[in-house]
Amino acid sequence: MSAHASFPGYPRADGRVGVRNHVLVVPTVICSAIVAERIAQAIAPVGAALPHLAGCGQLGPDMALTHDTLAAYCRHPNVGAVIVVALGCEQVVAQRLAEEAARAGKPAAVIAIQAEGGTVRTTTKGIEIARRMAAELAGVERRPCDISSLVVSVKCGGSDYTSGLASNPAVGRVADRLVDAGGAVVLGEVAEIMGAEHLLAARASRPDAAAQLLRIVNRVEAEAIALGLDIRGTQPSPGNIRGGLTTIEEKSLGATHKAGERTRLEAVVAYAAPITARGLTVMDTPGLDVESVTGMVGGGAQVVLFTTGLGTPTGNPIAPVIKITGNGRTAAAMADNLDVDVSRVIADAEPLDDAAARLFDELIAVVSGKPTAAERLGHREFAIHRRNPTI
Amino acid sequence: MTTALRISAADNVATALEALAPGATVQIDEIAVAVTETIPRGHKVALREIRAGDVVIKYGSSIGIASSDIAAGAHVHVHNVASSRGRGDAAHSQPSRPGIRLAEPDADA
Repeated sequence: MSAHASFPGYPRADGRVGVRNHVLVVPTVICSAIVAERIAQAIAPVGAALPHLAGCGQLGPDMALTHDTLAAYCRHPNVGAVIVVALGCEQVVAQRLAEEAARAGKPAAVIAIQAEGGTVRTTTKGIEIARRMAAELAGVERRPCDISSLVVSVKCGGSDYTSGLASNPAVGRVADRLVDAGGAVVLGEVAEIMGAEHLLAARASRPDAAAQLLRIVNRVEAEAIALGLDIRGTQPSPGNIRGGLTTIEEKSLGATHKAGERTRLEAVVAYAAPITARGLTVMDTPGLDVESVTGMVGGGAQVVLFTTGLGTPTGNPIAPVIKITGNGRTAAAMADNLDVDVSRVIADAEPLDDAAARLFDELIAVVSGKPTAAERLGHREFAIHRRNPTI
Repeated sequence: MTTALRISAADNVATALEALAPGATVQIDEIAVAVTETIPRGHKVALREIRAGDVVIKYGSSIGIASSDIAAGAHVHVHNVASSRGRGDAAHSQPSRPGIRLAEPDADA
């Protein structure tokens, strides 16, 4: 097993470390999303846009969640500079997002479609600013950073029977090793903890963390019950069921392996809220893959370890998403979407520790700059969680 | 080659690593079970008789409750195992919407 104490990264003014150095182009509202995407495309792959469906027509908590999630990306260590693209009459305030970026020590600019005088002028001006920022970032070199600065999101999607047997336990061993080295791991998808919460709660370092975990799991279960529906069909999904998973308990017991076998639960945080504890944090996210990854990256995860049995292409605009499968057929059929194949754990009895060592090496390569399959293919899915109707 | 995997010694089911045909034998430690019906790859086979109402155990924890008697060697899946969690349908004593009525496929006939 190779030893890694450090990797080349981007130390930031706020003390965090980036593993990428993007120019982030943030639309405040759906109305400016296309302009933001065109600006980011002009400087691809350094440019990353955050197209989203919100920013207006939202009340109270949803409005706050939209702003807070966009602000979290503006501060994110994988971002080197920020352009906020406003329309001019929306609820999300462009200047406040730019201030968040500036407080984190990043150059930030604001342009507004109504003030600039339309799509063409705004796009042209935005691309000029973006090219200038990209040129500045191109001169920034990576420097040695301790692996304890890593916050790794662990995630599964398109699970089948191989997820609980191979890919999730392999990720769990990487999580254990990372936490032993002083790093942090974040697990989301509260519905997919249901049935395994007793195992995580028993590993809580503080009683209040265990109590918070049980409270959010109970809330999600109560929401399903209040709808008068069987959660089966959503959890597990039809594809999960075809893949051999029978109940949410079975899915959860397999899924929570990826949070480590001996990591202590240190904290439970809200959607996209800052992850400050080292060790294991649970974030209150829904099970939908893109919303979940969007929240965990917002909380500060710089990289995602994403297991899949059936195969799924999901990426993120600013964080590399490493795809791991334990299903050899999926590894062959969806090779262009996958980074690490651990199917020999099942097919050839490869020791899990060996598979985990390969995965850890790949994690270090990716945070050092190696592009993931999702990055190569331009998968930049982004979706902010919302709980209430559009008004 | 191992044809089925039991994760915890407490488990009363094992996961088929390849499709198992009726008559095949699953041997795990001291347990030898004759498969009674086709078990698709990745699906579960009962390692011993599981009575309706008994807990189905995998990973050493409950994955649900048997909704009918399950013979040793039988396929264990949504047709004979009910989840104990998130059961709004049970709480309201009304059937789930047809599109997600996956818990009791035999009732859809």
